[in-house]
Amino acid sequence: MSTLANKFTREPELEPERYEFREAPIHHFALDRRDFFKFFGAGIMVFAAATDALALQESGGNRQNHPEELPKEITAWLHIGEDGNVTAFTGKVEIGQNIRTSLAQSVADELRVPFESVRMVMGDTQLTPFDMGTFGSRSTPTMAPQLRRVASAARDLLLQTAAKEWNTAPEKLLAANAKIRDAASGRSTTYADVARGKTLAQRIPDEDPVTPASEWTIAGKSLPKVDGRAFVTGRHQYTSDLRPAGLMYGKILRAPSFGATMTSCDVTAAQKLPGAVLVHDGDFVGAAATSETEAEEAIAAICTQWKETPQPSSSELFPYLKQNVDTTDPGSLTQSGSIEDGLARAAHRLEASYTVAYIAHAPLEPRAAVAEWKDGKLTVWTGTQRPFATRDALAEAFHLSRENVRVIVPDTGSAYGGKHTPDAALEAARLARAAGKPVKIVWTREEEFTWAYFRPAGVIEIKSGVAADGTLTAWEFHNYNSGASGIATAYTVANQHIEFHPVRSPLRQGSYRGLAATANHFARESHMDDLARAANMDPLDFRLKNISDPRLRDVFQAAAKSFGWPAKKTKPGQGFGIGGGIEKGGYVATCAEISTDDARGAVRVVRVVTAFDCGAIVNPDGLRNQIMGANIMGLGGALFEAMAFDGGRITNARFSRYRVPRFRDVPDMEIVLLDRKDIASAGAGETPLVGLAPAIGNAIFDATGVRRTALPLAPRA
Amino acid sequence: MAPPLELEINGTKYLVHSDPDTRLLTVLRDELGLTGTKYGCGEGQCGACTVLLGGSPRRSCQVLLGEVVQPVTTIEGLEKDGHLHPVQQAFLDLDAFQCAYCTSGMIISSVALLAQKRNPSPTEIAQFMQGNICRCGTYPRIVDAIQQAAKSMEKQLR
Repeated sequence: MSTLANKFTREPELEPERYEFREAPIHHFALDRRDFFKFFGAGIMVFAAATDALALQESGGNRQNHPEELPKEITAWLHIGEDGNVTAFTGKVEIGQNIRTSLAQSVADELRVPFESVRMVMGDTQLTPFDMGTFGSRSTPTMAPQLRRVASAARDLLLQTAAKEWNTAPEKLLAANAKIRDAASGRSTTYADVARGKTLAQRIPDEDPVTPASEWTIAGKSLPKVDGRAFVTGRHQYTSDLRPAGLMYGKILRAPSFGATMTSCDVTAAQKLPGAVLVHDGDFVGAAATSETEAEEAIAAICTQWKETPQPSSSELFPYLKQNVDTTDPGSLTQSGSIEDGLARAAHRLEASYTVAYIAHAPLEPRAAVAEWKDGKLTVWTGTQRPFATRDALAEAFHLSRENVRVIVPDTGSAYGGKHTPDAALEAARLARAAGKPVKIVWTREEEFTWAYFRPAGVIEIKSGVAADGTLTAWEFHNYNSGASGIATAYTVANQHIEFHPVRSPLRQGSYRGLAATANHFARESHMDDLARAANMDPLDFRLKNISDPRLRDVFQAAAKSFGWPAKKTKPGQGFGIGGGIEKGGYVATCAEISTDDARGAVRVVRVVTAFDCGAIVNPDGLRNQIMGANIMGLGGALFEAMAFDGGRITNARFSRYRVPRFRDVPDMEIVLLDRKDIASAGAGETPLVGLAPAIGNAIFDATGVRRTALPLAPRA
Repeated sequence: MAPPLELEINGTKYLVHSDPDTRLLTVLRDELGLTGTKYGCGEGQCGACTVLLGGSPRRSCQVLLGEVVQPVTTIEGLEKDGHLHPVQQAFLDLDAFQCAYCTSGMIISSVALLAQKRNPSPTEIAQFMQGNICRCGTYPRIVDAIQQAAKSMEKQLR
């Protein structure tokens, strides 16, 4: 046991993004200024460069670009056309989190134009600036402020231009509702009039304060989803709906099991099928045909032999994870004080082990891509969270320069962290190159459940101590495989050892909504409840005693108040639980009421109250929608979702075998929003999820006296 | 090649050339370009492909073209002369979606429910809609939207 007195840290700050597939941001902006206006029309254009976005550390730097060149590392830009229409460009993508709406609100708010006049162009590698990807709850805290700064600079530029024309000072003019007014003379003009005939391009200035949240007029409001009408009429075209002229449908030959290698492959019979295009390239075997059925028939006509290798099964998963620590990867470790000393000082000591299963994202729109080659250039439409990484993967796979690859992301049928990899795009592009026609790939639900990747499974071990007065004295926490996001405890404890151990995962794993924060909060908050009982304290009081962060205290108290904590049991099988924490800049506390029928072990979640603080709220209704959705999606992982696998095969790869939450699973739900206009907005798509599983687990304990230590908590129910 | 089949969809007659044993979902999407109806699972478990046959909700991934005798209604057929169906309007008003990929199936199922029952309770709604998955978890808003649509349809009848 370590006795290091000083903090020893092995880069834990890099850990939260471990499974997000990091990469360096490099942008090659293909247009020069003249081209830009040729492409988008005359008017005013304002942009932010990467160096602007990074805390303005560039002190002067080389800002003297050639007048016709734009800098290479643009992160966001905005164009005001001669018609007054505003177009803002970002590499972020819309996957149901409603970021298209909330970013447009921020732009309209800062530019002082009606919300309806702003159009967002998103996730198009030819039109939008480089972006690493839409993940990690980063869009609201990073992209919204950048767009605000761009919009603020554009407003200043409009004011300056008008002032020059009127021979007055810009400070004397007022911008509102897409108009500029000079109060002294009564003169007024529109943004459209100012932009007319201009080709002004300007970089954002070093210092330009944006509107504080307390003065927002369009942001902070519950505006409905942009293009909502296109969705309720079925007119919106997701990737899987696209049908360019001459479209062919692609299918891929999949291995019978994970780790299987092809020993022979005979495509001669398949090649004889009329209209089918067969591709056998390395371990890639696929077919394109004029209909999906014909493509399936072509795949079925291929004769292959495989060599399968033994693979671990889900029944032996957790010992397997413990035995297969990847010693080549240092993982992460945070230490302070001495666990030994802390345990020696404790009046009560606890030791427990927790597990979480692999689960699937199961986005309702499966992975899909449409690829088209024209004159050596490749265009791919695909539902991905990482359009630029997908572009780079395509460029590398087909030995193209990035300029010859364009990736476009239509607003996508959800992702939840599951659409980071370029698989469908590569498959469609490979088949399209052979076919000489556009090819569409839409994964089947079974492919989606099998060949995508999973939320990492994990084992978590905790050893802890608490003093007689309820003060935490020791906290030793080991996470095997599930990940390090949310691994740090938000509770004050002098003696800590918190370690993440990477493992050679038996299944392909990756990002997921809430990622490891779900597992880490489940283990930590379950354990905190047992510690509270050991110290003979109410679970809420025990937490409050060990919390020093006032925002965390506030959400716990807000949730407890709305829930009526501590609640009295009025019927058998009833139980109440609480859980919460801090993740990705957001603060959450969740209270749950469950009812359980001991005989069957079934658990019904009756009522949930979630209190959430993500700083200044950009769109309260959109935020409520996200919190509600996070709770309902989280209900699946908490109660019954788990991948079952055996012999390298997923044995529940369909909705009839993999249960996801449905209408009848939904509890009564109350959402308490703490709007902190004095604090910068954090993302909100993920964090609300992490309090739910421990709140339910703690409620089950309250009802039954039995501690369930595995997610899912009620797999057979 | 089988002779083309005649199909009535959203009040329009179509001559369809797909094989009679092609799934209706595939015919709608790939032959006729009515892509508002979505593929979600291919086993009738998620409801994304729901259409009305006559007035009954059916999973179009589980119906073969040759079996279709009644008129088909898809999401594209609900809007009339630029006016949304009350169910569409309620979904829009209440933001009862996130990614909205399930929305077509949800709306079609809701229309079928309200045709059977004018004022369903939340429990009845949950029961009827149990076969439709919204992975984003907007179920409570969908229940509210169905109840709002029920009210506005009632008003229209009066």
